[in-house]
Amino acid sequence: MDFASWLISTVSRALAFGVPLLWGTLGEIYAERAGVVNLGVEGMMILGAFMAFAVSQSTGHPGLGLFCAALIGGVAALLHAFVTVTIRANQYVSGLALSMFGLGLAGLLGRGWEGKPLGNTLPTLTIPGLSRIPVLGPMLFQDQTILTYLGIFLAVVLWLLLFRTRWGLAIRSVGENPSTADSLGINVTLVRYLCVFFGGLLAGVGGGYLSVAYRPAWTEGMTAGMGWIVIALTIFAAWDPLQALWGAFFFGALYHLSYRLQAYLAPELLKLMPYLFAIVVLAISGLGGARWRRRAPGALGLPYVRGER
Amino acid sequence: MLGVPKERPTHAEQPPLVLLRDITKSFPGVLANDHVNFEVRPGEIHALLGENGAGKTTLMNILYGLYRPDSGEIYIRGEKVQIRSPRDAIQLGIGMVHQHFKLVLPHTVAENVALGLNGTPFWAPAKVVAQKLRELSTRYGLHVDPERRVWELSAGEQQRVEILKALIRGAEVLILDEPTSVLTPQETAELFKVLRRMKEEGHGIIFISHKLDEVLEIADRITVMRRGKVVGTLLAQEADKATLARMMVGREVVFRLSKTTCNPGEAALRVEDLYVRSDRGLWALKGISFAVCRGEILGVAGIAGNGQRELVEALAGLRRVERGRILILGKEVNGRSARAISDLGVAHIPEERIRMGIVPGLPVEENLILKKHHRPPFCWRGFLRFLAIREFAKRAIEEYGIITPSPKTPAKLLSGGNIQRLILARELSGRPAVVIAAHPTYGLDVGATEQIRQILLRQRDEGAAVLLVSEDLEEIMELADRIAVIFRGEIMGIVPAAEATLEEIGLMMAGEKRVKVEG
Amino acid sequence: MRRLGPFVFEPRLSPPRYIVFGVSVLAVVVALLAAAPVFLGYGQNPWQAYAAIGRGIFGSWPSFSEVLRRAIPLILCGVGLTLAFRAQFWNIGAEGQLLAGAVAATGVALFLRVPEGLRLPLMFLFGFLAGAFWGLIPALLRVKLGVNDVISTLMLNYVMAYIVEWLVHGPWKGPTMRGFAYTDAFPLAARLSFLPATRVHWVTLVLGVVMAVLIALLLARTRLGYEIRVVGQNPDAARYAGINFTVVLSLVMILSGGLAGLAGVGEVAGIHWRLRSPSHISMNYGYTAIIVAWLARGNPLAAIFTALLFGLFFAAGDYMKTTLGLPFQITGVFNGLILFFLIGFDLLMFWRVRLARKEGAWISQAGS
Repeated sequence: MDFASWLISTVSRALAFGVPLLWGTLGEIYAERAGVVNLGVEGMMILGAFMAFAVSQSTGHPGLGLFCAALIGGVAALLHAFVTVTIRANQYVSGLALSMFGLGLAGLLGRGWEGKPLGNTLPTLTIPGLSRIPVLGPMLFQDQTILTYLGIFLAVVLWLLLFRTRWGLAIRSVGENPSTADSLGINVTLVRYLCVFFGGLLAGVGGGYLSVAYRPAWTEGMTAGMGWIVIALTIFAAWDPLQALWGAFFFGALYHLSYRLQAYLAPELLKLMPYLFAIVVLAISGLGGARWRRRAPGALGLPYVRGER
Repeated sequence: MLGVPKERPTHAEQPPLVLLRDITKSFPGVLANDHVNFEVRPGEIHALLGENGAGKTTLMNILYGLYRPDSGEIYIRGEKVQIRSPRDAIQLGIGMVHQHFKLVLPHTVAENVALGLNGTPFWAPAKVVAQKLRELSTRYGLHVDPERRVWELSAGEQQRVEILKALIRGAEVLILDEPTSVLTPQETAELFKVLRRMKEEGHGIIFISHKLDEVLEIADRITVMRRGKVVGTLLAQEADKATLARMMVGREVVFRLSKTTCNPGEAALRVEDLYVRSDRGLWALKGISFAVCRGEILGVAGIAGNGQRELVEALAGLRRVERGRILILGKEVNGRSARAISDLGVAHIPEERIRMGIVPGLPVEENLILKKHHRPPFCWRGFLRFLAIREFAKRAIEEYGIITPSPKTPAKLLSGGNIQRLILARELSGRPAVVIAAHPTYGLDVGATEQIRQILLRQRDEGAAVLLVSEDLEEIMELADRIAVIFRGEIMGIVPAAEATLEEIGLMMAGEKRVKVEG
Repeated sequence: MRRLGPFVFEPRLSPPRYIVFGVSVLAVVVALLAAAPVFLGYGQNPWQAYAAIGRGIFGSWPSFSEVLRRAIPLILCGVGLTLAFRAQFWNIGAEGQLLAGAVAATGVALFLRVPEGLRLPLMFLFGFLAGAFWGLIPALLRVKLGVNDVISTLMLNYVMAYIVEWLVHGPWKGPTMRGFAYTDAFPLAARLSFLPATRVHWVTLVLGVVMAVLIALLLARTRLGYEIRVVGQNPDAARYAGINFTVVLSLVMILSGGLAGLAGVGEVAGIHWRLRSPSHISMNYGYTAIIVAWLARGNPLAAIFTALLFGLFFAAGDYMKTTLGLPFQITGVFNGLILFFLIGFDLLMFWRVRLARKEGAWISQAGS
């Protein structure tokens, strides 16, 4: 295989495999911008993956499947929001509990569906005109599902929303300094609930994409730690939706390469690459030192109690 | 009791802007407000005077909707209202400048003002606000650049942002909680000008303070609170310092501490050309030099954020020294760990006593050995010796009058004054050669403050070199033998306390005057 | 303070022990109730199922011994995690540290030439060291580079799992094992003995209990333990007191990871007698140990008992699978639920309920 076609397929697959990471990361960025860490992404994604598959298989509509995946992700996130925002329990532990619960529940519900291929998968698009461009056409405008383009569009919209609008200002303020936001009449609880819920919706879609588009089938534990990669990407992207694009597609490429390079290295060793890189990437941002960490929302991980500074 | 509020017998033309009637609010174990009555009229500056913990801030938080009162009524312009949240308060025309500013530091001034503001557009709300801000700034003389990030601003500028936030929301009543605590005397004068301008425009201003002089200077009426109750309300022109002080504290107050003359010995702490960076990587100290001798107190005056925190941390071994030297008893300690410096005999009374000074969940006795747990008699071959620890704790509790149910009580259950006594007991045990005290009496009541000042003086008399960092100029003037004024990481001058005037120190704090630093 | 009808809720700062215990029991009971619908979904009456499980497990010594067998890795991992949590280090990596121990033990069992009498002790030693190494990495990453400990420990779980996969499919695949991804079986000298009529490898069990006692002593009685508690409760005060974070967190994670490594040794030397795919060696013991440690509220001795409780849940899962035909995944759902209720109910501990008294009967102001 020549270099050009190798590059084309790598970029194309990096985009395709980066999609669930991108959706998950965008959602987590919003939750964390409002001050809530949700380590339950893995659980929300697996629930989304199962739901999308089950609904698509039963109704024949992958779109409906994705919709339901978003819903179940959102509902799971609401559970986290209730425990962390209303009850003000430890956000790390609640997120871990959500992940354990989601993995267990999806495994339990999915027992009858194991291994069956999906009849109706999410269609891939070929953009008329653009796909004819040499190199760029097959690289970017063929064999992608709608979620690739929607994800990129969403990243831009969410960036604008976060940094250029009233709502974004409120979200960022709640994550930086909830007591200030509260003193100006912003409903901190509501903002946090909405952001965590929104994060759940996106994580659900990200998971659903896996089972109705990328690898149209259901296998237990098919998210294989992508939810944790999402958490790392959120930090790596410095809580910025546009930077999440590069991070997600970089890891998409890593996942793809872990299949492509099997001729040269044992597949098991290739598969551990994304996880190793997640640590490496965080260590590199750590070299940036305090400057990087300063970008974290000021009240990240802290429950808000009125009357305390 | 119910029904229409009683008409005011005097000044009856207009109902008061704010009328609080019989407000009661309790927290676990504390009755913060006990049937409190308070009012503000348009065009009036009404001071709320009281010690720390008298309930002033609680009362204002109730008015601002942050707390709900247990009982009592609130009338705004004669109408009875329920204020459930700050949003309600803002809509009723109430604005509040909290003692600890409610600002989002990484955001710009305009973004801070635009947050939660009604009538701003969905897109780019900060841009529209910036325009309006410039108009208001000129009208009231509150100058600040809308595009700057708040963390870059001085405390005085941040306070202006807070006032602008309230004004842009149409506040007719402005609550200022200890507004001068972060200002230089000159900045205070500026603020007073702004307040008088607002008063002329018909605003009502509630001015919370515990400083008698400034209350007498700015207020029209003064209400004094003590232990959650209103002691009385008087007209400013009829009040005097002694009366107010008696009302505030409940007994006669001595304004002077007994202080012997100082006999400085050799320099125990010497700092030469010290350069230190802040958390953000900027220069916080730019070539500072000074010395503190045994048997003297050197006061470091300055507005918060001019490098005091970094100075204290560098001396305690908690911050890297980029250039220059720190000498303790003649030994250079650059690059040594906090433990090594502490072992040399340096006591450190930290600025944030609960965040840094204690481990809240550990018992009092274990908190008392925080700095010395690794040395005999408390530690032997890696094991803790609880008999020695208990013995030490008993002595310390008695000697410093720490009020605690038992040495095993978690430190977080102690009151602020007792936590500070605990820290002093720990730090001053074993006769330190150098004592670094950062804001040692901040937020404490009069009794604890007096005791802690006496303890510091005793340390001086026993031959320790004391470095006292404080924002409270009165405290520095009272305790220090020499005063060093710090401004933007430089020392503007060191003057003997006996010769210093408030005005001179104030000019130095504002960076407008520099005195030649003595050898 | 809040009011609800005639009751007044007041916050309390430090709940007494019986309240902590009661709330914990309540969380477990409520989780059992919440899991009931799952049984209904499978056409079983949940109460009868619970009763059947109880009878099945407590009915005979061999079946009860399964609780002990399952509790062994949970004790070791759980005790290690209590230590890490006391230092506020989020070690979610016991799973990977356990596998690291299993790998090292397998290496010693199959490939190291040593006198047979030394083989098992060396397996434990190297298992401890491997787990300690795998735990030390995230500690150093956090202290030196500020890498989030939750993510680094989690990621290292996956890395170690794939390393085990690679070993059993590749270089260490046993020539006699044909199609199976196993290493060769351990020699007899590398196998742990059982209590009679059970699969309880008692050496590891004793090791676990001894370690729990030692760690409890370490925390309560030693200088290091004191420093760990200070670091965990108030890092700012620790820095102020001149405590060396690098040293304290490194030691904590060497111990925490090492104990998980010992659990890995126990599983390969006591149960499987070979290295095989990671999901067989550890049935999420490392993750379950998080709940064990959390339920024990950071007390290593309490972790012995909470580990036994979760050993019971694992044994129940086995019993459901074989006897009632219910899927083992129920335990996963159940574990998540317990953790949720546990942290959710924490709030209860910090509120005291009493009957409202008349207005005006106020407690006077506390002294300064």
